[in-house]
Amino acid sequence: MRTFVSERARQIPPSGIRKFFDLVLTMNDVISLGVGEPDFRTPWNICESGIYSIEQGVTSYTSNRGLQTLRDALSAHLASRYQLKYSADDELIITAGVSEALDIAVRAIVNPGDEVLIAEPSYVSYAPCVTLAGGIPVPVECTEQDHFRLNPDTLQEKITDKTKALIINFPNNPTGAIMKKKDLEPIADIVTDRDLLLISDEVYSELTYESSHTAPATVKDLWQRTITLNGFSKAYAMTGWRVGFLCAPQEICDAALKIHQYVMLCAPVMGQVGALEALRSAEDDKTSMVNEYRLRRNMFVAGLNRIGLSCHVPEGAFYAFPSAKGSGLSDVEFAERLLREQRVAVVPGSVFGCGGDYHLRCAYAVSRKELTEALGRIETFINGL
Amino acid sequence: MDDKDLELLRILEENSRLSAQEIGSMTNLIQAEVEARIHALEESQVIRKYTSVINWEKAGNSEVSAIIELKVSPERDFGYDRIAERLSRFRQVRSLRLITGTYDLQVMVSGKDMQEVSRFVSEHVAPMDRIRETATHIVMKSYKENGNTLFEQQETERLPYSF
Repeated sequence: MRTFVSERARQIPPSGIRKFFDLVLTMNDVISLGVGEPDFRTPWNICESGIYSIEQGVTSYTSNRGLQTLRDALSAHLASRYQLKYSADDELIITAGVSEALDIAVRAIVNPGDEVLIAEPSYVSYAPCVTLAGGIPVPVECTEQDHFRLNPDTLQEKITDKTKALIINFPNNPTGAIMKKKDLEPIADIVTDRDLLLISDEVYSELTYESSHTAPATVKDLWQRTITLNGFSKAYAMTGWRVGFLCAPQEICDAALKIHQYVMLCAPVMGQVGALEALRSAEDDKTSMVNEYRLRRNMFVAGLNRIGLSCHVPEGAFYAFPSAKGSGLSDVEFAERLLREQRVAVVPGSVFGCGGDYHLRCAYAVSRKELTEALGRIETFINGL
Repeated sequence: MDDKDLELLRILEENSRLSAQEIGSMTNLIQAEVEARIHALEESQVIRKYTSVINWEKAGNSEVSAIIELKVSPERDFGYDRIAERLSRFRQVRSLRLITGTYDLQVMVSGKDMQEVSRFVSEHVAPMDRIRETATHIVMKSYKENGNTLFEQQETERLPYSF
């Protein structure tokens, strides 16, 4: 029998550390710092509105773009919160999470052979999405020296005649780095000079601890060449509701909408109802979650540095990205032995692409009690090396 | 009162038993500064006292609580203040608020049994000057106190890993 699996599906590399993750499932008493989602429950007012909508029989498809009420509220929210101007009618699509938004954004703009730059370390989906769209993912390394911000010189070096777009994600998973306006300006100049498109995944935009988020589309003339992706998962602890959104100038938005209507039709309606409630009434819930993450970050990062895992202060998201270089172990070895010997699960940084070697992604979206316990166990592990 | 003070208050309201060192690591303050700030907040009576949220039912204590609503004739120059302050002196009064609506004051009282509560209401509260009407509601079960739920919630399942 011939192989039915497509070339493209085969091109996507399997996760090299699957076995390691499977091991976690078989072990007891593991403190997992490997979970990239909030540990809070969705605020109850949001849950209640979802439940109520089901009781009322709101269970059908919505328009492809998403509920008008949600798009209107979202458009107003983006304008007041980030000074982002997107029309609810032509420049905004509600998607099934940011994952789908990313996929349709990439497919809407990539031709076969186009190179797409990805600021790494990064979330694991960007490169496979580019590959699936027939493009060629090209990593651009963000280094610890630069506090994991995208360096304009490094970016410049990676641009070729084939480069079509740049994907960035700040606040960043896995590093927690942010890019302020002054950091984005030189990037904006390069993107404009080289006539590139910017795809900006801003799903952690509400989770910043020292300064508020700058949306790249508001910097210089980037708006006309930016696709802004965001969602409700991280800010409102709504990961399972699957609601994200894509914003872009109309021409690009129309192209993405065509793909969206054929592959997804619409985001789940109860999720959209919940998202609307989140915008209307969950500001305080969000603030108290952000306050709690800040406290955890402070104590956890101080703890990591104290026990010898040097860690820059992450200004956003809920990840610490310490270096394990001093241990003499690679990140994969460190993570495996830490799991087996002390039952603490962290994600080896190399999973997140270049620049991640020798680092560990530790999500502090767990209780302070667990963080304290995890720090104790990691310290015992390091002292035993 | 600055942002750091507000942060300390939020932390203490949630768990007042954390040490100054623990609070310091959470707020990037040195231990001595945490102690000094908390001391100042205590001195200025912003922090009134440290207490515990106890599920007395679980502790086997059959204490009885009641919500009493009172219609009160306000006094010239004092409004409701004097009578409210007078009521506050009773040990049995756990909380007391001036409210809008049909009634004026809402009093939460507790006693060791139903008799004590009813005696307190009929002998001490109802006959008080200026109290025109009372409505007593016995608490049958408490589900949430001061923002804290008193029932067990099921743990939600989380993947051990996600990116």
